[in-house]
Amino acid sequence: MSQKEPLVEMRHISKHFGGIQALSNVGLELYPGEVLGVLGHNGAGKSTLIKILAGAEKASEGAIFIDGHEAHIDDPNDARGYGIETIYQELALCGNLNAPANLYMGRELHKWGFLRKKAMRDEAEQALSRLNIRIKSLDVEVESMSGGQRQAISISRAVHFDTKILIMDEPTAALGMEESRMVMELTVELKKQGIGIIWISHDIHEVYNFTDRITILHGGENVVTAPTKDFTQDEIVSMIISGRQVEPAGNASAD
Amino acid sequence: MDIAKIKSQPLVWILLVAVLLAIVLSFLSPFFMTVGNMTNLSKQVSIVAILAAGQAVVIISGGIDLSVGSILALSAVVIGALIQVDVDPVLATFAGLLTGTVAGLVNGIVITRGNIPPFIATLGMLGIARGLALVITEGVSYQVLVPFFLYIGNSKILGLPIPLYFVLLTFLAVAIMMHMTVFGRHVYAIGGDERVARLEGIPVDRQKVKIYMLSGFLAALAAVVMTGRLAATPPSVAQGIELQAIAAVIIGGVSFVGGRGLVVTALIGALIMAMITNGLNILGISSFYQQVLIGIVIIVAVWLDNLKSGTR
Repeated sequence: MSQKEPLVEMRHISKHFGGIQALSNVGLELYPGEVLGVLGHNGAGKSTLIKILAGAEKASEGAIFIDGHEAHIDDPNDARGYGIETIYQELALCGNLNAPANLYMGRELHKWGFLRKKAMRDEAEQALSRLNIRIKSLDVEVESMSGGQRQAISISRAVHFDTKILIMDEPTAALGMEESRMVMELTVELKKQGIGIIWISHDIHEVYNFTDRITILHGGENVVTAPTKDFTQDEIVSMIISGRQVEPAGNASAD
Repeated sequence: MDIAKIKSQPLVWILLVAVLLAIVLSFLSPFFMTVGNMTNLSKQVSIVAILAAGQAVVIISGGIDLSVGSILALSAVVIGALIQVDVDPVLATFAGLLTGTVAGLVNGIVITRGNIPPFIATLGMLGIARGLALVITEGVSYQVLVPFFLYIGNSKILGLPIPLYFVLLTFLAVAIMMHMTVFGRHVYAIGGDERVARLEGIPVDRQKVKIYMLSGFLAALAAVVMTGRLAATPPSVAQGIELQAIAAVIIGGVSFVGGRGLVVTALIGALIMAMITNGLNILGISSFYQQVLIGIVIIVAVWLDNLKSGTR
């Protein structure tokens, strides 16, 4: 893994909100074609770290490198410019708009400011069918769709625009079992395409079976970053809770 | 288009109500459906309708603009003051339009940069613009008797009064903007879920500033029509008219929480209000009752809308 160049390298990231230190000197590396699980309690700093990468928050200190070059990410559009897309747990779609409008939100196809509705509709149809996503109509408001369908639209939106880095912030939290499985199958497909995926989840079982490496945060600091299978599920849980690194048991190929 | 789909179109419903009202009134009074009264009605409705177009855009974006009546007065006063010192009327009109647009720009900047809720920011502007109008004029109403404005106020083209053309062109332009451009799509997205719009990279603040500038510009456009109709620019003109504009938008079925509704329905909403006022006047019913009736209509309109969305 180490001979490959990382897609993303976040170095010495700190963030404070007023007097509250949300992150101090945190690092993160993501390689192409891997799923990196980011773990931690509520308030451990996961979401803040990810929001900084996605451009939704600005780091107080630290630097981000994409493909070895320093990247300046001030807003979500900058992040997109670097091929970073985010899927949020709260299903970040506008319920009052239809699927094509959501797919192209913020980067509508247009000619002199006039929407190219037909082109967007056609491409949305293709994008959804490529991922085997079926929705009843492209013209209905997404509010009337199921959680799984909406998350599928989010994912097809995320990968539609030449994405290299996909951040998935509890993408299955709002979904049922069958729908979660569909999302994970989609994710495996994306991984094969060489996309680097950051997977944030509270479901330790899901993380253990699904991620290649993990990084654990506690109180806004790195606890450990290692291949997932270096530890047992219990050891991971104990590190999340205690915030102290456990010596890998037996099967270690230390990082 | 099947029946169910037609039923779900807000435009169809509101149009039906308007036509029904017109039919009922024309049976109740032989004077309602006369050319004279229709001309009168379209003049009466023009000011509120132009304001309602801007207000509809603001409300669809999830905001509110309480300052349009005051901005109208300030823009009118600027026009009147310039006419007073013999400035060319076309130039004075541009100055008036600029005044309204700048007032809207200030609204937008206060709301986005100052992070002040639209209700508060435009409430402040309501006082500021009205006050400035009074300061400029020292409370005096200027006469505007130049041909340019008299023409706007009193002439007809192809048998229709000129203010009506202002209204139609305004709604045409705003409808195209809302349904065919990136800007319009962003207005709906911001009104639908501002947080999502921001996450997805829509320049929310910049678009909001444009929205309030548009509302300010349209208030100034209404001022141009008003100046023509009154042949004067009293600084106290159009007090409380913002509430009529908001009522027209709401009666039209535009959702007050934003994200849903058509701008055109605001025009029909304004027409319904004007027909109620006009019809009751013709029937000789006290204007005190008109306010009661319009109040009831507003509440019933939203109630019906709730019933409809409950079944969605």
